[in-house]
This record gives sequence, structure tokens and C-alpha cells, in this order.
Amino acid sequence: MFSYCTDPSTLDTFRWLTCYLTTGVHMSFYKSFLLVLALLAVTAPVALSFGFLGAMSARSPVAPVSWLGKGYIAIVRGVPDIAFFLFFVIALDQSFELIKHNIVCSDWTDPIRQGNDFLVCPQAKVPLGTSPEYVHQLYGFLLAVITFAIVFGAFAANVLYGGMQAVPRAQLETAEAYGMTRRQTFWRVLVPQMWVFALPGLSNLWMVLIKATPLLFLLGIEDIVYWARELGGTKTSKFSAYPHPDWRMWYFLFLLIFYLSFTKVSEVVLERVMRRLNKGQATSGGEAMRKETSA
Amino acid sequence: MKSCAQTISDYAFRAIGYGERLLPRSDFTVCEQFTLIGSGMIWNIYFGVIALCTGFFFAVALAVGKSSDRWIYRRPSELFIFLFRGSPLFIQFFFAYFFFLSLKKNYAFFDPLTAAWLGAVIVLFLNTAAYSAEIFYGALRSIPKGDTEAADAYGLTGWSRFRRIIFPTMMRLAWPAYTNEAIFLFHATALVFFSAFPARGQKGDALYYASYFADKTFNPFVPYPILAFYFILLTLVVIGIFGVVNRRLNRHLPQAARPKLRVRPNLIR
Repeated sequence: MFSYCTDPSTLDTFRWLTCYLTTGVHMSFYKSFLLVLALLAVTAPVALSFGFLGAMSARSPVAPVSWLGKGYIAIVRGVPDIAFFLFFVIALDQSFELIKHNIVCSDWTDPIRQGNDFLVCPQAKVPLGTSPEYVHQLYGFLLAVITFAIVFGAFAANVLYGGMQAVPRAQLETAEAYGMTRRQTFWRVLVPQMWVFALPGLSNLWMVLIKATPLLFLLGIEDIVYWARELGGTKTSKFSAYPHPDWRMWYFLFLLIFYLSFTKVSEVVLERVMRRLNKGQATSGGEAMRKETSA
Repeated sequence: MKSCAQTISDYAFRAIGYGERLLPRSDFTVCEQFTLIGSGMIWNIYFGVIALCTGFFFAVALAVGKSSDRWIYRRPSELFIFLFRGSPLFIQFFFAYFFFLSLKKNYAFFDPLTAAWLGAVIVLFLNTAAYSAEIFYGALRSIPKGDTEAADAYGLTGWSRFRRIIFPTMMRLAWPAYTNEAIFLFHATALVFFSAFPARGQKGDALYYASYFADKTFNPFVPYPILAFYFILLTLVVIGIFGVVNRRLNRHLPQAARPKLRVRPNLIR
């Protein structure tokens, strides 16, 4: 990157380090941090809407719909989330290919599961074998987003369901007394009030989501864990202009610090949001704020 | 094709190195998958039980430290809890493994630390201690004022005040949340062999074998439900055992006031 970087072996420690940390592969490493942020930015709203749908259907008066919602919430309980990640990546990929297979090659007669293989016709591969590399990467990222959204959607559904249940019953009865329909009560009274009850759970969930992002590595994505392992490994002078011993420990220390500061910043921001939402609410948090200001 | 009884005797303890050395390579039966994944559960239970039993004591110490008035106790406890609760366990495993690896390079004495049976247990111990300490700290702060005032009125001080009044009440209040933590610790044990710790001689945990079968058969719909079955079973056992303790902790309260352990645990740590 810098002009003096042409012959790294002649440099002093500081200059060597500035050159080392700005090589092409390190740039990919820094880009993968953006990938993690992108995943969070995309997943959080998607998971929240999954959660909203789940909570809505769990409250439904129609029994099968309610079972569906409750089943969705319950299914993630009791099983490690990492198992879901490993499961959904293959399961989603196979179901996409199966659907496409049934559309594209309807005249295909061979069975799809042959012993230990999962065979669809070549035109039904997702993405196509001939697609460029970036399509494959994008598809992998998409699978990861859906997987995260399904798993964290169930968590969010649980939190939102709790929030909906926590809204004082009198509020809903008042709405009914004013002659609002079920739908109107839900959207005009329940939904605006539930957030303050759901927020502690949701902010906790956000923290858990941040801490789940390194699992991207298990989904086969070139994320920060992947690059930290790659870059930190021993490099000999034969293959690299920047030989160094095993530095993986330091790379992972850097990741630890990255996550610590990320969670710290989130904590501070969420604390502010909570204060804002509590303002004027008939909760103990709102009561405490009122006392603070009047005192 | 072997009979299922034969498979069980071959693979029931495969995860800790007894029985058939070679894993099945083709024609996987459901029986084989059930046996091997179940065999892997030995590791999950081992990690979870050791980390819980040791982490408990450290967590109590940390919680007391965090609520201390003296900064020399409070600051380090706060920092420790923040470090382990603020970063992903997955990264902690990686960092610890490479840290142990570099220790081993300098002193051969540290060799066992790079194996999962010790190294991963240490990470899990520190991690669960931090999470539990936060739970205990919360309980410590919500001990009814009357309890401590009564202790003062009886002239209890220092250790006997802690041992007889503070500690039992703290446990009683923290227990439902601690049950939840225990469940999540068992779930977290599934990460061990997927971070840096190597499964030497294909001796891995339940998830290791489940993903082995999923990779070989390219069919995730059999091994992962089996894994889910085992973990749900484990969760129920944990809830059962912690429920017994919960009853004992609350046995002095009048029947109506005894809090039941929530059988529906929280979803997140």
C-alpha cells in the first residue's frame, strides 16, 4: 500500500507492521467485518418480523394457527442453536434445489435420494454450476441470513409474545368498550404499548445475536473467524513477503476486543432507548424517571 | 448388516475411545446414528457437569465481589464478568486454544491444556462463572431488606451472616435463572469441537457425530432430529434435578408462597 513497502525485509518494526497490516489479504479481513455488520443489519429486521408473525399467530384464536406459532417458538427451545445452523444450511439448500427441480425438470425420472447422494438435474442446481464465484458467495450469505432469521425469529417471537401478554388487560378492555374491533385493538392499543415490555428481552436478544455472528464461519462463509485463522497461521518466507510465526492468538484477541467494544456500545445505546421508551409509561421504570425529575 | 445390539456394544462408548475404532463408512442405519450420537452425549454431559460444579463456587465469589463496597474486590469482578459475558463463547474457545498452544510451545508441561477434556473445560468454567455471577449478583441485590435487618438484629456478622442468611436467600432467588443458565451451558458444550479444539481419534461430542453423519449421507433430516431428541431429554433431566433443589431451597416457605420452578425456561441466556 505504501511506497516504501516494496522490500519488507529491510524495514524497521513499525513500518513493517504498517505494510503488513495493509496487504491485500488484510483488506479482505477488514471487509469481512463489514460482512458481519451487514449480516446484523439484514438479519435483525427480518428476524424481528419473523418473530412478530410468530407471536401474532401464537395469540391467534384459531387453534391450528396458534399451535403453529407456539410450535415455532417451542422448537428452538431445548436444542443448541448451533445444531439448527448446521441443519438449516443443508436443509434449506436441498429444499430450494428440490423445488426448482420439480419446476425445471419435471420429466426427470431418477430418484433424487440415491443412497448417500442428493441428485437433482444439473439445470436445477442452486446456484447453477456455471455461475460466477460471487453468485455462490451471495447465495451462501443468503442461506446464512435465512438461517439466522429462522432461529432468532423464534427467540424474538417468544420475547414479543411475552410483551403482548404483559400489556395491562384493562387497556384492551377499554379499547373493546370503545367499540374497537379485534384488529383495531391489536394495532392501535396492543402493538404501540408492547414495545416497552418487550425491549429488555429484545435488547438481550440483540446482544445474543451479536455474539452468534462468529457462527457464520460454520456456515462456510469467509467471515472474520475464517480470515483470522488464515492470516494468523505461520507464514514462511518462501510463500510470503511477510514471514511470521503462529499469530492466531493475537488475531483472536483482536476479535475478542472487537466484540467487547461492539457489545459495550450496544449496551449504552440500548440503555438510552430504554429511557426514552419508559418516559411517561405506567411502569416501574417510568415511575422511577418521574421521581428523578421531580426530585 | 450387524444387529442393533452388536452396534450398541461396538459404539456405545466410542466417544471416549472404547469399542470399534473405525466409524461406520457406508449403509448407515438409524441404530448406528442413535448409538454414536448418544455416545457423543457423554462429552456434552462431562463438559457441562464439570463446568457447572466448579463454576458455581467461583460465581458465588464473583457475585459477592461485585457487590462489595471496596473497589479492590468490585473492579476485578466487574471486569471479569464483562469480559466473558461481552464476547462470544466461540471466539473465547478459539483464543484460549491458540493461547494454550503457544504456552505448550514454550513449556511442554501445558500439553493437556490443548486437549478438549481440560482446555475446553477451563473456558466453559470461566464462561459459566461469569454468567452465573451476574445472576447471583442480581439475586444478591434483591434480597429483602427485612432479612438482612433481622440478621443484624440477631447480632449475626461476617461469615455466619453470609452462610445462614444471605447465601440461602440468594440461592433461592437466583435458582430459576440459574436453571436456565445450566441448560444453556449444556447447549454451549456443543461448540467445543466446532471451534479450534480437535477431536482426536474421532472422539467427539454428539454434534460432532451428527454432522459426521449429515456430511456422509448428505441427509440432515435423520441425525439432527436424533441430536435434538437427546438434547431435549438432557434439558428435561436438568430441569428435573434443578426442580428438586428448588423445592429444597424453598421448603421453609408456606405452601402457597413457594415459587414453582418455571418449566418453560427462557430461550436466551
